[in-house]
Amino acid sequence: MFKVNLSTPQSRLTIQKIGYLSLTLIAILTVVPIIAIVVHIFIQGFSAISWEFLTGFPKDGMRAGGIFPAIVGTFYLTLGTAIFSIPISIGAAVYLSEYASENRWTQIIRIAIINLAGIPSVVYGLFGLGLFVIFLQFGTSILAGCLTLSIMTLPIFISTAEEAMRSVPQSFRVVSISLGASQWQTIRRIVLPQAQPGILTGVILGLERAVGETAPILFTAAAFFLPQLPNSAFDATMALPYHLFVISTQVPGMPVNLQYGTALVLLLFILGMNILATLVRSHARKQRQW
Amino acid sequence: MFKSRDWSEFVITRIIKLTGYSTIIFVVLIFFFLLNEGFPTFIEVPFASLISDRWYPIEGYYGILPLLIGSLVVTVGATTIAIPVGLCTAIFISEISPRWLRDILKPAVEILGGIPSVVLGFLGIIVLSPYLRVLLNLPTGLSAFTGAVLLAAMSLPTIVSIADDALDAVPRSYRNASLALGATDWQTIWNVTVPAARSGILTAFMLGIGRTIGETMTVMMVTGNAPVLFKGFLSFLYPVRTMTATIAAEMGEVATGSIHYHILFFIGIILFLFSLVINITASAVVFRQHKKVEKILS
Amino acid sequence: MHKLIIENLTLRYSDGVEALRDININIPVNKITVMFGPSGGGKSSLLRVINRLNDLTDVDHISGKVLLVDDKEIAKDILDPNLDVINLRRSVGMVFARPVVLPLSIRDNITYGLEMAGEKDKNTLEGTMEISLKQAALWDEVKDRLDEPAIALSGGQQQRLCLARSLALEPELILLDEPTSGLDPISTGFIETTLQELKKKYTIILVPHSVQQAARTADLAAFFLQGDLIEYGHGDELFVNPQDERTANYIEGRFG
Repeated sequence: MFKVNLSTPQSRLTIQKIGYLSLTLIAILTVVPIIAIVVHIFIQGFSAISWEFLTGFPKDGMRAGGIFPAIVGTFYLTLGTAIFSIPISIGAAVYLSEYASENRWTQIIRIAIINLAGIPSVVYGLFGLGLFVIFLQFGTSILAGCLTLSIMTLPIFISTAEEAMRSVPQSFRVVSISLGASQWQTIRRIVLPQAQPGILTGVILGLERAVGETAPILFTAAAFFLPQLPNSAFDATMALPYHLFVISTQVPGMPVNLQYGTALVLLLFILGMNILATLVRSHARKQRQW
Repeated sequence: MFKSRDWSEFVITRIIKLTGYSTIIFVVLIFFFLLNEGFPTFIEVPFASLISDRWYPIEGYYGILPLLIGSLVVTVGATTIAIPVGLCTAIFISEISPRWLRDILKPAVEILGGIPSVVLGFLGIIVLSPYLRVLLNLPTGLSAFTGAVLLAAMSLPTIVSIADDALDAVPRSYRNASLALGATDWQTIWNVTVPAARSGILTAFMLGIGRTIGETMTVMMVTGNAPVLFKGFLSFLYPVRTMTATIAAEMGEVATGSIHYHILFFIGIILFLFSLVINITASAVVFRQHKKVEKILS
Repeated sequence: MHKLIIENLTLRYSDGVEALRDININIPVNKITVMFGPSGGGKSSLLRVINRLNDLTDVDHISGKVLLVDDKEIAKDILDPNLDVINLRRSVGMVFARPVVLPLSIRDNITYGLEMAGEKDKNTLEGTMEISLKQAALWDEVKDRLDEPAIALSGGQQQRLCLARSLALEPELILLDEPTSGLDPISTGFIETTLQELKKKYTIILVPHSVQQAARTADLAAFFLQGDLIEYGHGDELFVNPQDERTANYIEGRFG
């Protein structure tokens, strides 16, 4: 028989202990600053939060008053993005997951999606400026901003939706087909319902991204100051992230606590959506029927 | 009844196919728009001037080299931090940490991912850069280094979350098989689980890098916005200017159709191509490992 | 007399594997025909030809005739590319090796096939469901929890559910591919008994997971070896006195 050289269980376990310890430390290194950032903003910004702040308009060149128009603007932009982006994304995801065979064209679609995901947000801003604001003459408007943001969020929605659908076991589809269902019936009755929580999580996370983006709306929708709320989709609007950028870099003598306050409101928006997505995801994991 | 079901199914299938192909249309559309507005640069700016090391548009200097290098430096710095830390954290979350800890960590990382670039840039201005200025005794805390640190923080969640999902998707049977053969959990992680999740992990890295290159607001707020050339390793601690920050900062002050306007679009094309190359490389890696749908139930 | 007539069936996958080589076999009606043999013999591939499930896999070449005969003695060729496969799959029920219950309630699992076919009448659906569950010997165990998710059932119950699910469509032919391979002996016995009952109404093709099961259940038995049909005969004769040496060797456990 051959003489086999095996490492001892003890040595392998020691390596494991060291490895585990290192990874734990690294994970802590990642998490502690996150908590610190959030806590810091909370503490510093809390004093600025008041009913006035949340529902009032900016005064004194932004140095006082509230951020209501920015909040409303962000809300409009997010809604518009969802309206344009979700239908296209789910359609594309269904196509990729259920219909497309792995040929050259499908590869090209996938490359296109990965590309859309990789395009820098400021380039989206340029594109939005060129196409929607100037060429289609929408002007600096909520519409232009939403359309730009929609294209930007497509890849996120598509990839999470596709992932959610792919994770539905193939055996369900086979059984459904063997019972005489058509492909679309199978998708509608089995795949989409089972993928729904995953898709929903993706939507929430994608919109969360859109909420915080500044560069795409910089040239397409954002206005420095508007005395009233936007009336139509063709109006420009204030928005939270843009507002924070402006007051922290371009307003001399800006009270620090108001800056923190704006950052806090933005963060709360984001955190809220995050918590929602997490709840959906963990609920889905428990409900899984496979 | 048979026929009408057939017909509506036909229409739906066509629409679905169209949405799939629409993604290609969008990419092409974006590229052509950029090209359309950026191409005049080749006519308006002599090539030698374009690759010179002086970016001062007001006086007609359109050398993009310092911008290119600025972006490169910050990206490399951020990636060096983010990839190892990100992968290790993902492995920790997916393979090692107990359930309860995982339920804290995963949301925590996602929270970081949700923190908008403006907020991190804002904190960079108010907290990090004064701190670094004092700590490292620099003239200003706004530097490539500051940018790299913040950008690493920004791309970390992308890397961690996608890598974690990839690791999580590895079938339990793989791990069980390895353990049943007498391997330790540690060995199983590195020899079975991580390789099995290879394509997902690489996608995570690529998307993380992509996020870093494309980052605009944070770098605009904390890297100092000085379009200078990188001279030696220590320049990392001094201000730079990235391509993205240049576009964002100067687009607002530019007349439509001017040389400056065209060259900003030109820089946009560069950024677009940059990310295109990274993404095609990434997908080439992913496709090589892409398995065909296995024979059903065999 | 014959439910299924297979002539010169040859099947090759795109990876070059020749799964079936010139198969000729006639399946009689209202009997249990067992197709047994070592793995790789082509039995599962043959089943998947019959309900055209092979359309979903990488088939490179398929030739021959597979004729399904209905009670009016009209035969249609299953391999005809113009055939309505959806209807075919309703007439040919299949039970897979691992019970795969759809992520629906027990009730919805059974009525799924009918609903997809367009049946909307609640009474019809309920009635068919009850009959199928009774035929599959599962009714008593689940009648009080029809709205619970089907995944909550035990392995043996799930497999009987899968059987009931196929029965709800009143197929002409029932194919079972190692239906009891993951089940305990009691559940296995249950299903075998049920099949004996069912053959009075349906035609059954069974791929057993052991030679013993083949011997227990077969009215007719076909021995497949690496894509070839080696021997085909009556169950009580073939297992006692196999004609071909390879069949004898396999039955006696000398290989496989």
